[in-house]
Amino acid sequence: MMSTYKIYNFMGLRKVAAFFSIAMLVVSIGALAVNGLKFGLDFTGGSLVEIGYEQPADLNKIRDQLKVVGYNDAVVQTFGSPTDILIRLGQDHDPKLGDKVLAALQDGETQTLTLRRNEFVGAQVGEELREQGGLGMLLALFMIMVYVAFRFQLKFSIGAVAALAHDVLIVLGFFALFKLDFDLTVLAAILAVIGYSLNDTIVVSDRIRENFRKMRKESAVEIMNVSLSQTLGRTVVTSMTTLLVLVALAVFGGEMIHGFAVALLVGVFVGTYSSIYVAANVLMAMNVCKEDLMPPEEKEQEIDDRP
Amino acid sequence: MLNRYPLWKNLLILFVLVFGGLYAAPNLYPDDYAVQLTGSRDVFQVDQVLLDKVTASLESEGVAFKSSELSKNAGLIRFATGDDQLKAKDVISKTVGDDYIVALNLAPTTPDWLTSMGAGPMKLGLDLRGGVHFLLEVDLPKAVAQKLENYASEIKGRLREEKLRYRKMDSLDDGGLAVKFTSAEYRDSSIDLLRKEYSEFVVSSEDRDGDFYTVINLTEQAVRDIETYAIKQNLTTLRNRVNELGVAEPLVQRQGRNRIVVQLPGIQDTAAAKRIIGKTATLEFRLEAKGGASSARTEVYEFRSDLGRKATLEKDIIIKGDNVANAQSSFDENGQPQVNITLDSKGGELMARTTKNAVQRRMAVLFVEDKERTVYKSIEGEQVAETVRYQEKGIISLATIQSVLGNQFRITGLDGAGESSELALLLRAGALAAPIYFVEERTVGPSLGAQNIEMGVMSVQIGLALVLIFMLIYYRVFGLLANIALTFNLVLLVAIMSMLSATLTLPGIAGIVLTVGMAVDANVLIFARIKEELANGLPPQSAISSGFGRAFTTILDANITTLLAAVILFAMGTGPVKGFAITLSVGILTSMFTAIFVTRALVNLTYGNRQLTKLSI
Repeated sequence: MMSTYKIYNFMGLRKVAAFFSIAMLVVSIGALAVNGLKFGLDFTGGSLVEIGYEQPADLNKIRDQLKVVGYNDAVVQTFGSPTDILIRLGQDHDPKLGDKVLAALQDGETQTLTLRRNEFVGAQVGEELREQGGLGMLLALFMIMVYVAFRFQLKFSIGAVAALAHDVLIVLGFFALFKLDFDLTVLAAILAVIGYSLNDTIVVSDRIRENFRKMRKESAVEIMNVSLSQTLGRTVVTSMTTLLVLVALAVFGGEMIHGFAVALLVGVFVGTYSSIYVAANVLMAMNVCKEDLMPPEEKEQEIDDRP
Repeated sequence: MLNRYPLWKNLLILFVLVFGGLYAAPNLYPDDYAVQLTGSRDVFQVDQVLLDKVTASLESEGVAFKSSELSKNAGLIRFATGDDQLKAKDVISKTVGDDYIVALNLAPTTPDWLTSMGAGPMKLGLDLRGGVHFLLEVDLPKAVAQKLENYASEIKGRLREEKLRYRKMDSLDDGGLAVKFTSAEYRDSSIDLLRKEYSEFVVSSEDRDGDFYTVINLTEQAVRDIETYAIKQNLTTLRNRVNELGVAEPLVQRQGRNRIVVQLPGIQDTAAAKRIIGKTATLEFRLEAKGGASSARTEVYEFRSDLGRKATLEKDIIIKGDNVANAQSSFDENGQPQVNITLDSKGGELMARTTKNAVQRRMAVLFVEDKERTVYKSIEGEQVAETVRYQEKGIISLATIQSVLGNQFRITGLDGAGESSELALLLRAGALAAPIYFVEERTVGPSLGAQNIEMGVMSVQIGLALVLIFMLIYYRVFGLLANIALTFNLVLLVAIMSMLSATLTLPGIAGIVLTVGMAVDANVLIFARIKEELANGLPPQSAISSGFGRAFTTILDANITTLLAAVILFAMGTGPVKGFAITLSVGILTSMFTAIFVTRALVNLTYGNRQLTKLSI
């Protein structure tokens, strides 16, 4: 019946995929354990000043200038472009900090510097945000699990949540491995990844459920392959369009949302992969069978059969 | 079979789209640079005479302006460029003086016919517009401790009045009070008294080492009330100060249990903002000078709300604002407005001592503010601006003392409920609020804001263009239809965001970009189904119908789960992240509508009415 569709043997690679996923998870967890996340100001608390130069700035000179006025612990780096300087400072709140730093750097400088941004986050606020962020992610996963269990079936819900946890861990691992700044926008991106990856997984699960009810003779492996092949076109197209806009965002969106775009780029890649392999793999591992999905259908038919 | 929507469905879709188009439209009109002029107090009203004076001074200084208009209590002068706006601000400040607040603003240029429908552009967040964001924490334990101290002195007084002799009163570590009595009888009577008169306490008895104790604790409700009151008081104080800053659209709002968020968009001088937000106003209670008092011991002050009316007061200060614990407006037994004032124990004693010999004399309350103004001096022919700090004192109340005052008294003889609430507000603004600390501060310079907008808009445009091209190449005619739907989706998204007066932030723009990418998903699902049905041998019209039908539940499930994630993001996020969550949620809803209904209507109009043998998909 599906003769015009090429059926790919996705499940033939299931063991390889499982190995690949586990390897990526091990690397991610390892990176998280060894490097940890490089939390941004939002989570750690502290102060930050962003200064705009007219010409490319000399970082060492800036460090010296700051030492002279007593900011010994200042971390100086460029932000997006060599004319844009980001300075991170300690914990105390000083309402005049931005102006003081600007004055110290402007001293003896012929070009005009501008204060682009000045942020202060209290240590406690940062800590709360870390807790809330973790809690929010767990809550999101839990509510999704409940919804999927209600709309589909428990095995599907475990599969979906496994895929989500897989994606989130790998994105976090990516940020730990490459020591990228993890700020509030990245956290937002990860929650968006949860939404995106889930969207993908649901579409695939939906088809798997449909085919389990329709294709009575085929084995679970065959049904999986058919379902994944049928949804492959859609999976690829949607991932393509999303990746296109994310590349636009990463390239043209500016430094402030660069972390956000990178997190989503990684997340969409992994999310696409996981909806094909992780969710389906977990379903296979749990021996999903027709009986898991039949009862509601049979009940409906009974009712329908009545004259 | 043929695919046709009934007329009402087509009309409904058309209606939604026109509606969306209208409400999205205000965003197409760029904002004008403007200067907003308001009175610093109610007595200073902006009227046409003042506005004419201002425009005349702008003309004589050669600053070009587009128009000037008068709305309720405020004047607005529009300019073509930011340079003109900055120049004009200086000119106007000099013309009107300190009695008026001159603020830089961006004024929407929405045409009247759109405004009359309630349509307006989206607001820009601080990260796009530049400005300051503060998060302040109110020291609530301190507020509760202060209140308990007031109660302690009040209870001591009551016990003495009732002749219930107690040895001592101790503060407990858990925030309660323990009163030690010599006999169980006194102790029990004290418990009866307290239970009868104070609903805000949990009163219990305790016997320890042969002594008799009454243990008093605030109820949870009472603690909550004190906390809410402290927050409200701080909110009022902060609002007053922020108003004085002359920011066009300030936001002062409670956040969570003990925090207050203050946002000042578009402000340039952040240092001044922090100084003013951190400053305090105080009160001084003084007696009116007697007829023959020597001028060395008196001072003359104006009334704050009635310039020109003056009173001569003694130099001696009875009490200051930090002795005022509370001030509330209410009505007396005859329905006349009054303000009830509560002092702390020290304030009460001082007040009683002074008023004992001053019954029938009048007492004034002075409102003292630390202010600063810019003066322009001419040094060697050049205009130099200089900041001068000064104190401004004005009488807010002058009332006859009817009897000896203690730590609770009231001011009556007020003109109306408006005056009494205004007076209570001023008394509280000058009274000691629970201490506040800065826990977060974000300042975004205007240049960074402009850059963020530019980059954000560019990435939306490029992202959208890429998706449109991709869809057109991949799905051809159907791709074109999906593209039209996607464009409508953007229009609807902007319209709903504008209607909700949601604030657009940089992550919000990212959310729009992401929505564009993901919005095509529903269309892709439908098209993939149609292709499949065609491959299964269904004729084109049936394939279209069944494709839309069968993709529907999938789309619903997939979007509801994504919506769940977005709602959680909204609940836990702050500021910019909330903006992202709103965009994402609204985007999910609008994309479902456009992908399912708008695309279907377009497909029906294109293909629905004829026999087809082939589909371009």
